[in-house]
Order: sequence, then C-alpha cells, then structure tokens
Amino acid sequence: MTERAERDRERQTDRPVDAHGRHSRGVVTAIARWLDDRLGIAQGARKLLRKPFPDHWSFLLGEVALFALVVLFLTGTFLALFYRPDTRPVTYTGPYVPLQGAQVSAAYESVMRLSFEVRAGLLMRQIHHHGANVFMAAVVAHMLRTFFTGSFRKPRELMWVTGIVLVLLGIGAGFTGYSLPDDLLSGTGLQIGYATLLSVPFLGPFLAFVALGGEVPNPDLIGRLHILHVMILPGLLAAVVGAHMLLLFRVRHSQHPGEKRTERNIVGKPMFPTQTMVSAAAFAATVAVLALMGGFYEINPVWLYGPFEPSRVFAPSQPDWYVGWLEGVLRLWPAWSIRVFGIVIPQPFIPGVVIPGLIFALAGAWPWLERRYITRGDEEHNILDDVRDNPLRGAVGAAGVTFLTVMLVAGSNDVIAARFTIALERFTLVLRVLLVAGPPLVGWLTYRWLTRLKRRDIEEAERAGTVRAEQDVA
Amino acid sequence: MAADDRDTTIRRATRAAAIGFAVAIASAIGLVVVYVAGGHTQLEGLFLFAAFAGTTVGLVVWTKVLIAEPDLLEERPPMRSSQEDRAAFEHAYLEAREVRDPDIASRRRFLSRLLAGASASLALALGLPFFSLGAPPGGQLFRTNWERGSRVVDFAGRPVRADMVGPGGVITVFPEGHTGDGQSAALLIGIDFGRIVEGGITAETVPGIVCYSKVCTHAGCPVGLYREEAAELLCPCHQSKFAVYDNARPISGPTTRPLPQLPLGTDDAGFLVALGDFEAPVGPEFWNIQRGGRA
Repeated sequence: MTERAERDRERQTDRPVDAHGRHSRGVVTAIARWLDDRLGIAQGARKLLRKPFPDHWSFLLGEVALFALVVLFLTGTFLALFYRPDTRPVTYTGPYVPLQGAQVSAAYESVMRLSFEVRAGLLMRQIHHHGANVFMAAVVAHMLRTFFTGSFRKPRELMWVTGIVLVLLGIGAGFTGYSLPDDLLSGTGLQIGYATLLSVPFLGPFLAFVALGGEVPNPDLIGRLHILHVMILPGLLAAVVGAHMLLLFRVRHSQHPGEKRTERNIVGKPMFPTQTMVSAAAFAATVAVLALMGGFYEINPVWLYGPFEPSRVFAPSQPDWYVGWLEGVLRLWPAWSIRVFGIVIPQPFIPGVVIPGLIFALAGAWPWLERRYITRGDEEHNILDDVRDNPLRGAVGAAGVTFLTVMLVAGSNDVIAARFTIALERFTLVLRVLLVAGPPLVGWLTYRWLTRLKRRDIEEAERAGTVRAEQDVA
Repeated sequence: MAADDRDTTIRRATRAAAIGFAVAIASAIGLVVVYVAGGHTQLEGLFLFAAFAGTTVGLVVWTKVLIAEPDLLEERPPMRSSQEDRAAFEHAYLEAREVRDPDIASRRRFLSRLLAGASASLALALGLPFFSLGAPPGGQLFRTNWERGSRVVDFAGRPVRADMVGPGGVITVFPEGHTGDGQSAALLIGIDFGRIVEGGITAETVPGIVCYSKVCTHAGCPVGLYREEAAELLCPCHQSKFAVYDNARPISGPTTRPLPQLPLGTDDAGFLVALGDFEAPVGPEFWNIQRGGRA
C-alpha cells in the first residue's frame, strides 16, 4: 500500500467513538483534526481540557488583574488614537464654555476633545483610569493572598518575583499615564518625581536631566512620558504577565488544604467546561464593574482642574492610591538634611528612594529570607498555609501592611486633617509616631494572636483524637 | 605533517578571532572618544562598523575553526498525534460536554445559544467606538476647495492673470485661501488653441489657457512633469501620461480617468477666477465615483 493510500484509509477509519459508541463529527472535530495534523497537540490539549483548577474564590484575584489589564490595553488603544503628545499652545474652541478662548496645550486640548466631543470618549477615558486603579487593587489583593497563604514558597518564587516586577511596572504605567492630560494636577506628580530623582547623591542631577530631558516641566517631557506609557511599559507589562502566566502554567496552582489534597496532587474543577465558564464570568464581571464605574463615577475631571501652568497648584493635590504611599512617606519624613563628609544627602533621598527601594527589595527577597530564617527546609509546597500556621510570617505581613497603610494615610494627611478639622502638624506628628511604633506593635499583637489560635487548634485536635494534616501543625 | 597543519590552523584562527575582538574593543573606545569629543557622523559610523565587523570576524572564525562541529541528525516524527491520543482527546472533549440528564441537556443547549447571541450582539456593539474615529466621507470626495468665484493664486498666494502664464508655461495654482491644499492643486497650462483636437477641452476657459487637476487619477500623486513639445503631462510615480490637447485623456500608464478640468474665467481686474469646482472628482477612483456623491 502506498503511503498516500494508507493515509486515506487511516482517515476513513479515523472515527474515534465516545463512551456511547457515537462518532464525533462536525466543525469542531474537523478543526481539531486539521490543527492536530499540523501541530500534533491532541495529547497536550486533552490534558489541558481536563486540567484541574482549585476553585477557591481568591484565585480569581489574579484573573481580575489580568482582565483589567486587557481592558486597559483596549481602552488605551482607543485613547491613543485621539491623544496628542504635544505641549504647543493652542486656543481652546470646544464646547466646554468656561475654557473657550483659553490658551491650552495641544495635549490638554486633545484630552478635552476626547472628553466632550468624541462619542464614547469620556466613557473610555474613565474606564481606562478606573481600570488602572482596579488592576493595581487586584494585583495588591492577589499579592496579599499569596503572601499570607505562603503561596510564594518553592516552587513559586519566580512567580512571586515576576509579580513584584508587575507591581513596579503598574506604578510606572500609572505614574506616566497620570501626567499625559497636561492638566493642572498632572505636573505636580512629575515635579515630585523630578525632585526625588534629583535627590540621589552624586548622580541625582545627571539622572534627572537625562531621564526627564531637563528641568521639569520641559517641552520634551510629555513626548517621553507618552512613549513610556503607550509603548515601553505596556510591552514590558505584557511580557512579564506572559512570563507570570507561563510559570503558572508550568508550576500550576497551589491549593488550600482539604479532603484528598496532598502536596503531590491537585484537586479542582476541570478547565473545560467549568473553569472556562468561571473565567468567562470573571471577565464579564470585571468589564461590567469597570463599565459601571466608567459611566457613573467621575474620575480625573481635567476640565475642572484646567490646563497645566507651572506656577500654579491647588489643594488637595492627590495621586492615585497606589502612588499615595510613596507620597505619604515624603510628607512624613522630617526636615533632615544629612551631611556625610561634607556632602549633602538631600532630604527626599531617604523617603523617596531608600525606603521604597528597601520595601521592594525586602518584598522581592521574602521567599528566600523566610526559608533561611523561619521555615527552613527545601520541600516543594503546593498546599497553602492558613495564616496561623506560620505566625511569624503573619506578623511580618501585618507589620508591613500597617507600615504601608500609615504611609498611604499620610499621603492624604491634608484631606483628612481638613475633613476632621484637626491641626495638620499635630496629625502629621501622630502619623510619624504610628509609622515607627505601629508596625512592631501590630506585628507583636498579630504574632500573639496567631500563636494562640495555632495552639488552640492543636489542643482541639488532640482532644478530638484526630490530628490535622501534618503540614498544618509543622 | 597533519598534526602540524592542524596546529597552524588553530593558531591562525585564534589570532584572527583575537584581532577581530581587539578591533571591536579599540573601535568601541574610539566611539566613546568621538562621542565625548562632540560627535562626528562619519567617524561614529566607521567605529560602529569596525566594532561589529571585528565581532563578526571573531565569531565566524571561532565557530568555523575552533568549534567546527559535525552536523547533528535528528529524526522528525510526524506532527499528527497518535491515533490513541486523538481518540483520547476527542473522548475527553465529548465527556466534558456529556450531560446525562436530558432535561439539563436541552436547557444547556438553549442557554449556550443565548450566550452565543449575547456574545455576538455585544461584539457588534463593541464595534461602535470605531465610528468615533471619524465621520463618513459624505460628499467630501466629490468636492475640493474650488468654488464659483475662487481667485486663482500661485504657491505664494499671489493672484494670477491670464497673460502671466504664457505659451508653454505651467503654474501650480490653488483657490485663494487654500494655498498648498493637495486636493485642490491645479495646473495652469499656457496652450496653443490651434493644436486642440476636436472637442479636446470641454470646460469653459479663457483664451490660451487650460486648467487641470494636479492630482493624478491613478494613485493621487502630484502630476509633476510637462513635456511641452509632445503636450503631455506625466505623473512620475507610475508613469501615467495625459494628453493636454485632448481633455487630459490618459494615453499610457495605469490610470483610466482623465485629469478633471477646472472651468476658468476672469474678474473685473483681469485676474483668473474659477467658474466652479472641477468637472469630475479629483484623484484616485473609488467605488461610487460615478454617483456624484450619492452612496
């Protein structure tokens, strides 16, 4: 028999039957076979089809972040088609009466046009901005979940580190996007970023000028921020999210302890159809919430702020919340200009560069720090901890969250002081004390509370004559 | 002797690769020096070339002589999965879709059709923002900025008189107030009325002058060349040729349409004015070009 005839024969008898003896037919089968002839994916696809997903709601946080990012890419593409990264002055002639005849930058004018004249433009703008907030919120929630359940442990350290990189990229994308409308608020953040860069000993002025094109503001700046925001950072975000997902695909989900669940298996709903439906629902829900917010919840009304003028500012000037903690520590740090061997260490250097740097370094190194000083041991961990299983980790996490929360609150100290009519200086002093004393106190209380819970668990288990799965008491 | 030959080859290859890399190092240093000294295009290009060329030489010699591996041979298995794997996949797929309860099965079918409907209608609705990107053309493709009474001006915006063109002369002109507008650009050509073929110029015009659209009817490039003795307009992009004394009829090249004519007259001061827009849409063809602005 010739090879061709053999192939034809094989094709004719190539009619696999299901459990009930039925032949599979139809378009889906035909496409699947066409693909398999070229890619040989039947085996892998079969596994993928029935790949188990642990169905705990908290695992959807990462999916929400991913879907928010998809929404950001799509709405951002739309906005990019109208936005003009150009600070040359033009006369505003659009329909917004209070600004008619005003000299504004072309960038600001294009954002105004987008907001008032382009159909669905304001919706897209607001969904985009809310999308950034929701993306970062989902990322942070996902990160807290990962931290407190010990999901970052071997074999998932790389996922943790790529996650930290995503947080940094997210902050960068938010920060660069924030300044693009060239409204009165946008330059403020840039000015602070510039001051922070400038504060680096020795290299500061050089770094600031090379990175930002000169003193802030300058005519080149918007163009640089634009390319960073629409090209470089989205590209990096897509690449790192891709790496994060590939790692997830390879290492697979961790799981909460439960019946039949061990370190060596994975128990959950199959990818098809259940998890596919769940993910589709998570996607639809994310888009639904963002659409509702974009439609009804005003954000960054640049027409109220007016065009950027370097000499003006208004109170309260607030960054988005995920930058707020960086702003907060700048507000809290005392007026210490330190001299080392006659060289000035500018005031913003420690709160603006050193502290955030240490926080990210500590967060990134945490899996290794924990393994070296707390848990010890080289095993793979696929079963998640309850927070009480590792009181020290829980305590460190609670202390860290306290530290960041005080910083975040300090980022809007003026708003809070005005709202509750307290003296700003006194409130700042309270926050300073809280920043130093709060984390150790909260950490210590958390540690005591968690060890008590753990002990009670063990006692209860002994009384009941059963011992919980060993990873829980280890 | 063979061993000596091999030794020599290796020694030579090492030397060649080393020289290549050394050149790369020296050139990189040169590049830095030139940059710091204020820059010099040719020197920068030269050093950049030398740096990469040196690296290329080093890598090639290294690979060919110092590594010089024999070919690997690896069998290429057929792409198609084994019969069992395919059957197992289809089985898994069918099993995943399997619904034993007939009542649930029919409800699932019903819902999946509705879901498909929801997805399709949403997908259509989500296409709507595309319409925010720009208005549909309407009648715009059929109009230029020429209208009855538009003064004819040159590149500098100066009004043009009939006697300024002269026999054989060509001037690019625009409607006053739209100097430089690509779609309205027209060619004012001084002609010899005796050479006009029968019915060769249909638009109303002033003696000694004809005015054609400058936008090539093939792909929209400016028709930039006039060969006076042959009385031909030539578009340099795709070599379409138009007969000036015969309604700018295409005589060779890819285009199918003549250049539209602009009706001309003179005002009280003797300056040229348009008597209306071009007699046909300017520029490349489009599907409803015959319909005069009606879709």
